[in-house]
Amino acid sequence: MEYPSNLRYTKDHEWIKTEGNIATVGITDFAQHELGDIVFVDIDTKGKPLSANDIFGTVEAVKTVSDLYLPVSGTIIEVNALLEGSPESVNQDPYGNGWMIKMEIDNPAELDSLLDAAAYTQLIGA
Amino acid sequence: MKNTPFTEKHIALGAKMAAFAGYNMPISYTGINEEHHCVRNNAGVFDVSHMGEFMLKGENALDLIQRVTTNDASKLTDGKAQYSCLPNNEGGIVDDLLVYCVEQNKTYMLVVNASNIEKDWNWISSHNTKGVEMHNISAHTALLAVQGPKATEYLQQLTDMDITNLKYYTFAKGKFAGIDNVLVSATGYTGAGGVEIYFEDKDGASDKIWEEIFRVGTPHGMKPIGLAARDTLRLEKGFCLYGNDIDDTTSPIEAGLSWITKFTKDFTNRNHIEAQKKDGVSKKLVGIELLDRGIPRHGHTIQNNDGKEIGVVTSGTQSPTLNKAIGLAYVASEHAAIGSEINIMIRDKAIKAKVVGLPFVA
Repeated sequence: MEYPSNLRYTKDHEWIKTEGNIATVGITDFAQHELGDIVFVDIDTKGKPLSANDIFGTVEAVKTVSDLYLPVSGTIIEVNALLEGSPESVNQDPYGNGWMIKMEIDNPAELDSLLDAAAYTQLIGA
Repeated sequence: MKNTPFTEKHIALGAKMAAFAGYNMPISYTGINEEHHCVRNNAGVFDVSHMGEFMLKGENALDLIQRVTTNDASKLTDGKAQYSCLPNNEGGIVDDLLVYCVEQNKTYMLVVNASNIEKDWNWISSHNTKGVEMHNISAHTALLAVQGPKATEYLQQLTDMDITNLKYYTFAKGKFAGIDNVLVSATGYTGAGGVEIYFEDKDGASDKIWEEIFRVGTPHGMKPIGLAARDTLRLEKGFCLYGNDIDDTTSPIEAGLSWITKFTKDFTNRNHIEAQKKDGVSKKLVGIELLDRGIPRHGHTIQNNDGKEIGVVTSGTQSPTLNKAIGLAYVASEHAAIGSEINIMIRDKAIKAKVVGLPFVA
């Protein structure tokens, strides 16, 4: 499994990639593998001001359901429309087509408290 | 945690493992959907050796079975099996089970859920007032379910028993894959066709049978399948799962198990259950299909359009065959008619659903 070094990670298995004050968020390869076949990504928090660690949605796999936690404070500006019809994209391409949201970040300094790839791989014992 | 004779094979094959009923069991190998389709369309192999098996022997064996189960085991002749359940005295179900007639009036095998082995053994023993010889052979009995429309076609070459033409809910006993005394039964929990294979775990029999099954099946795409796909397969057929859809508090009538509840004989709590059948019950187990996006899960409550609670989901999943969210649920009887519109409460949202007929997948 891959954990790109240009991403930051949460202990809840989300990844975040930033470009300026806009960030893209998804779940890690480890997370999609643990969940198994993903059948529904439910995110209805677009436009709401959220804090770091807030639940911004849920991901439903055949067998299990898991909450999604926002890595840093901010506002969701876009939900990946591809996931409406093709939730399996999260399994197939978790860092690419399987991204979940784009958000505006309130405070870039919060990124410093997230895990880097080395710390995340250590967390999951990979 | 206990192992089955095949636990090490599952781990070596890279299965995702988890504790189930005290056993270290494979949940999935390559992915639930892929495994599910493999069984529905071709054939797959489940290790279900965690299930419990009791042998009941002697002239009073049938009498004991008749008193503790709801179905009429006197109809069973040699080589026939039936689905049944053990009712308790409080209107609920101790367990659901299969009753195998090995030799009519003399020898029967009961196959029970792994999580209920001790409970069932104690329950049946407490009713054994006429000296029936009982053996709990669970610990040394291996069970592989080879399920799917192609299963018997592949396996036939491993035995002289005619397993291709074995009728549903019948079984044969004989030599299989070079091992004697193997019981091959045209049953299963997937509704996909195929057989269940029972044998004693001794002298390398488990290794031999596993290897032979895959030797003949693998070239045709037969795969090992985990318990997660077993659950989606059974749910598509509307089969009850003990602990989810039926338990110590649900009656056979509420659960839609009238068809295995025969008032032609006496059994535990018969009068109460017969009254339920005659007078009706206040809740019923029904199939549900979601009309809005979401997946129903065990424990989700159900409301009517006025926001009144009218039921609870007992099982739910995204059906891999239908690609729809389906489930089983108890609803108040006035909402149990096919087509009734109900709302499943998922994360504080009311998701529209309707009652549908079972099975979901014919």
